[in-house]
Amino acid sequence: MATRPLFPHEPAERHTLSVLVDNEAGVLGRITGLFSARGYNIESLTVADVSADHAVSRITIVTTGPRRVIDQIHAQLERLVPVHSVTDLTEAGPHVERELALVKVVGKGEARVEALRLADIFRARPVDTTTGSFIFEISGSTQKVDQFIALMREVGLVEVARTGVAAMARGAESA
Amino acid sequence: MSGRDLSGAEILLEALSDLWVEVIFGYPGGAVLPIYDALHRQKRIRHILVRHEQGAVHAAEGYARASGKPGVVLVTSGPGATNAVTGITDALMDSIPVIVITGQVATHLIGTDAFQECDTVGITRHCSKHNYLVKETARLAEVVHEAFHIATSGRPGPVVIDLPKDVQVARARYQRPGAIAHRSYRPKIKGDLAAIAAAAEMLASAERPILYTGGGIINSGPMAAQKLRELADLCGAPVTSTLMGLGAYPASSPQFLGMLGMHGTYEANMAMNQCDLMVCLGARFDDRVTGRLDGFSPGSRKIHVDIDPSSFNKTVRVDLAIEGDVGHVLDDLVKIWKSRGLRPTVAEEWWNRIRGWRAVDCLAFTQAGPEIEPQHAIARLRAATAHLDPIITTEVGQHQMWAAQHFPFEKPNRWLTSGGLGTMGYGLPAAIGAQVAFPTKLVIDIAGEASILMNIQEMSTAVQYRLPVKVFVLNNEYMGMVRQWQDLTYEGRHAESYTEALPDFVKLAEAYGWKGIRIDTADALDAGIAEMLAHAGPVFVDCRVKKHANCFPMIPSGAAHTEMLLSQSDVAGELDTAAEALV
Repeated sequence: MATRPLFPHEPAERHTLSVLVDNEAGVLGRITGLFSARGYNIESLTVADVSADHAVSRITIVTTGPRRVIDQIHAQLERLVPVHSVTDLTEAGPHVERELALVKVVGKGEARVEALRLADIFRARPVDTTTGSFIFEISGSTQKVDQFIALMREVGLVEVARTGVAAMARGAESA
Repeated sequence: MSGRDLSGAEILLEALSDLWVEVIFGYPGGAVLPIYDALHRQKRIRHILVRHEQGAVHAAEGYARASGKPGVVLVTSGPGATNAVTGITDALMDSIPVIVITGQVATHLIGTDAFQECDTVGITRHCSKHNYLVKETARLAEVVHEAFHIATSGRPGPVVIDLPKDVQVARARYQRPGAIAHRSYRPKIKGDLAAIAAAAEMLASAERPILYTGGGIINSGPMAAQKLRELADLCGAPVTSTLMGLGAYPASSPQFLGMLGMHGTYEANMAMNQCDLMVCLGARFDDRVTGRLDGFSPGSRKIHVDIDPSSFNKTVRVDLAIEGDVGHVLDDLVKIWKSRGLRPTVAEEWWNRIRGWRAVDCLAFTQAGPEIEPQHAIARLRAATAHLDPIITTEVGQHQMWAAQHFPFEKPNRWLTSGGLGTMGYGLPAAIGAQVAFPTKLVIDIAGEASILMNIQEMSTAVQYRLPVKVFVLNNEYMGMVRQWQDLTYEGRHAESYTEALPDFVKLAEAYGWKGIRIDTADALDAGIAEMLAHAGPVFVDCRVKKHANCFPMIPSGAAHTEMLLSQSDVAGELDTAAEALV
């Protein structure tokens, strides 16, 4: 059954949140559980330990929803005990967003040549090859990765693995 | 000081003692035997043996709500932990500080589907404020102290500590930790002064203000209730309260409009609808309070004071949000009001309107003939006990709403009820917990015959510890609130809401070692209540009330404050599908 949104007339926005958390067991479960329990969307989520002493992880979440829901997500995340800080990068100003994808293409002849040519245009790098296949590594904005994958579908794409978005504010400031 | 070498179980009890814990509500089992053995060998902490783990958590909630101190629970792994989940969720919804210690299988067995193993931290992750799985005895003391800090500060709530059996047995040094300085958890206590000053100016220029107060005032402590009285005196605004906030403001004050919301008074809901300034103090715009959101107080500016910023703009947009402890914010608000020499501008016309709504006399009822009206039973109970300043607990349903309407309170911490989760079976164990905190006070659970059966086994606990709790059941042989909704929404088709095969409650009470009293007619009511009060031990009163009475006023689900049903004759009979889907 489709659920009726609480604020049906407010347009959905896409926001990228950067969340610094204690690097401890269960912390990712707290975050993803919060999203599922309250019905928030997750478009992509990445997590990795980012501090020298392995004490802090950064979770980057891309989510969509009306502005009020985005503000709620922000406040609900900050309420979790192991969360140090939440930065809404979309709100905060200019920032860099990148993701990486591995794309496997199978084919021979002209399709194979075309795949290699397109990969070159997108600055995707072959990281594995056989006489019948390539795995390309591509990194860039979500949009660029989406475009590359769409093109590869026409020249023999069989498998995709994506990391999801990692993001950071521009300039000298740190979150 | 280098500390002493102790087992994990002993460290737990040392830490609890250092945190001024006097009593634990619990139930033993395989995975907590080391802790029970350590409890047996000490005298500082008392243990209350409940009959079901859900009862342990509700008892701890009752203890906490009545005393203002955190409640502590000790249960075993697996079923002990899962039975506690309803109580933990109840404490989360109503922001009650409770620490729940659960046993766990030994660390090397975790994940092997061992006997009485369950993923306690996984299961309680989203129904607790925070939880811990302690894997090293050396970390235990710090975790216990931190858990108390988290449970009792900020917006209070339940914290679970899962303790594997080998961690209870292994030894480590215990040293009382210093002040807790958590890396990331730092609740904001003082509100922003500029925002509070803006609130004072808004309040001083409002013509039709209302103070909408909630459970946060009680959680904040006695100072918040005191400051609320001062502010109400200064600004002259009417005051209404949520179910959880009853008692924070004296019901006898002419400024008090009674409870608001689904079963609130006509004057409270109409005033909320037509005010020009709403000041929400420690409440959260719950759906039982707001009714239909687009019809909720459309013409007012709104100020919201809450210690939990995730409550701001969650469902209702506010004009000014102040994050902080409501007691501190009220203190600053009163200071600023006085120092600026502000004067209220409440219009006489506003009070005239309120007097008009009050004249509707929405809680009026007529007791005629031998059949007892449920409201009359509560009014007589209140008349007989008000001078004793009793603590009242409730179960969930019609009796709960009638008690909220007809048992007014003058002071905080006297009213213990399950508001957010609406847990049937809350009242008896909560009364036991309150009685443990105040052994000589009068504690009464106003109950329904269906709810009381959900934790009836706790009668045994009351006997064991000589706790003279009173249970006053309004027995109409129905799950009354379920039936009321069936009357409203399903043309009176009473699917499974009749409580067949009820026990003889007097005999049941006697079997447990309680005194049992049955009241059948209105002329026997006062004598029955007097007999209950005269008995020194626990008493169960089976008060037979009118079977088909429904609780009014009522704002039906999905309706606005102005669409209130005042009596049975307003009931439509069937709702459309959209309204039916709402709870």
